[in-house]
Amino acid sequence: MAFTIQFVIDVLSLGGAYALMALGLVIIYGILRLVNFAYGELIMVAGYTLYLTGGSGLPWIVMAVLALAMAVVFGIFTDYAAFRPVRAKSVTAVLITSFAFSNLLQNAALLFISPRPRYVPLPEIFSQTVVIAGAITPVRNLLTIAASIVLLAAVAFLMRKTTLGIAMRAAASNFTMARMLGVPANLIISLAFALSGFLAGVVGILWIGRIGTVVPGIGLEPLLVAFIATVIGGMRSLPGAVIGGFLLAFIDTTLNYTLSQDLLKFRDAFTFGLVILILLWRPDGLIKGPASGQRT
Amino acid sequence: MKPSHLTALVLLAVIVIIGVGSHLIGIRLYDRIATNLMISLVLVVGLQTFMGNSGLLSFAHIGFMGLGAYTSAVLTIPSQMKGMALPDLYPFLTAVEVSPLLAMVAGGLVAAAVAAAIAYPLMRLSDAAAVITSFALLVVLYTVMNNWSALTNGPRTLFGLPRTTDLPTAASVAVLAVIAALVFKESRTGKLLRASREDEVAAAALGANIPALRWRAFILAAFLAGVGGSLWGHFITSFSPKAFYLKETFLIVTMLVVGGANTVTGAVVGTVLITVAYEGLRGTESMLNATSFGAGQVIGLTEIVLALAMIAVMILKPGGIFPSREIGDILARLRARKETRS
Repeated sequence: MAFTIQFVIDVLSLGGAYALMALGLVIIYGILRLVNFAYGELIMVAGYTLYLTGGSGLPWIVMAVLALAMAVVFGIFTDYAAFRPVRAKSVTAVLITSFAFSNLLQNAALLFISPRPRYVPLPEIFSQTVVIAGAITPVRNLLTIAASIVLLAAVAFLMRKTTLGIAMRAAASNFTMARMLGVPANLIISLAFALSGFLAGVVGILWIGRIGTVVPGIGLEPLLVAFIATVIGGMRSLPGAVIGGFLLAFIDTTLNYTLSQDLLKFRDAFTFGLVILILLWRPDGLIKGPASGQRT
Repeated sequence: MKPSHLTALVLLAVIVIIGVGSHLIGIRLYDRIATNLMISLVLVVGLQTFMGNSGLLSFAHIGFMGLGAYTSAVLTIPSQMKGMALPDLYPFLTAVEVSPLLAMVAGGLVAAAVAAAIAYPLMRLSDAAAVITSFALLVVLYTVMNNWSALTNGPRTLFGLPRTTDLPTAASVAVLAVIAALVFKESRTGKLLRASREDEVAAAALGANIPALRWRAFILAAFLAGVGGSLWGHFITSFSPKAFYLKETFLIVTMLVVGGANTVTGAVVGTVLITVAYEGLRGTESMLNATSFGAGQVIGLTEIVLALAMIAVMILKPGGIFPSREIGDILARLRARKETRS
């Protein structure tokens, strides 16, 4: 029983984090058909903001809000630096500029901060544990679950019920048509980047809460997770991204519990093998998004 | 002369001039840089055969380079050194010791075989999903190299490869790679693949089996990457899996994209330009490090400048310096224009 509960909590907390990561990526992809390689660096930015404000004596919650704000600012900045100038050109061009931008941010962190890990201030609650029906659980896992439920619900509400969300979904399904009907394209795209940055910021804080330090390359793993989750779930569908995130977390956690120590080092390879199998079965991912329209 | 022959002639002349030129100057540093350039050329031209013809960005290329380098290492490290260099090596491999040339071919074949085995399902994907999975593939290859201690000595540095790559060898392999890329581009597979790059639906409607075409190009690219990796391994003689990861991927993709991914000419020009820029920036960086006392190390400056250059090229000239025509076609057109005028 204790084992089952622990397993479920592990899957849900990891899956929640993965789902948020994937969602942040798909929001951009859905509208622009473009992958944001600099997404992981938004997590890095959130982490370094926490580190840099660490000595200021501000209450932690203020630092967290600042970190989120910085992630949002850098999200919008990504749009202006890497996407807007080349948006109308080839897909490859944008992939490359966002890859270059990601490298730029990482190396800026190397140059101006440090290549070595930096400790990030975290409140007590991130290191406490509670016992639920015999299973010892870190509180941060429960926080992650709570945060992901709240945010997933909020994003679902935003997308379905508000003008902004409807405009975004319209832009995602047929960009040209949406523009003709008066949806301001640049504004919608910037807002999508802001939302993506916000999700990255939340994920960043939760993710760094697990590790406790921040390094310039910290964004790589979340980025990869988001990538794989979106490919499994279907690149264009928001529910698909969430399902992909939870499925990936389920695969990862199962492998964690079942693989021997020797094989555990290869976990990423096994996960990816499963992804290839899923893609053999369904090349478009599990859930198909809205019918494709022209981008820009 | 046919334009394609002219292209081959010009590109090979560039390689020979760089090779002979740096040899004549006789400074060892230049020799080193030129050899490095030739090896990069093999890798970038290899990437071009897939990316240029299929239009899909592949990040996994450097991973296949790693496979080639490690295959070659296992096959060529002298057997009396293997006990130290690879303590956990499988017994049946400890006695193996082949010539580096043979090992280079083997490195290419192993990379190609791995690519053939895992890449087919990935070739069914298009656009972003294809790019993302190739990125994931790079991570997987890196994970495997980092952890399969028996064959790679894990994350630790592997040493003891015989140093057999010199400038003439590297240049000859580069020449072969350029020829292979040009021939492939004009082959039936290459032409159909380029058709699919321009319009996937139309090409498929004409009967092109796109996944199979991409698969062939991917295998060729992996083969060239493996050869390049082996060449590099015998040049640098000691390396760790870190050498086959994002930083190098970034460098290679920059080279190809700045030059122009769609043309072999672009691959060659981009490699030369970025190598020169990279070495220049590296020099500046180490000079700054030597002069600024205690002000901290300058790291990452080179990459920042390269990233800015890449973004600038993408904004100004998204197809790179040679976006669609090979140098031979450009020269032939110039000549034709001159003739019609006179």
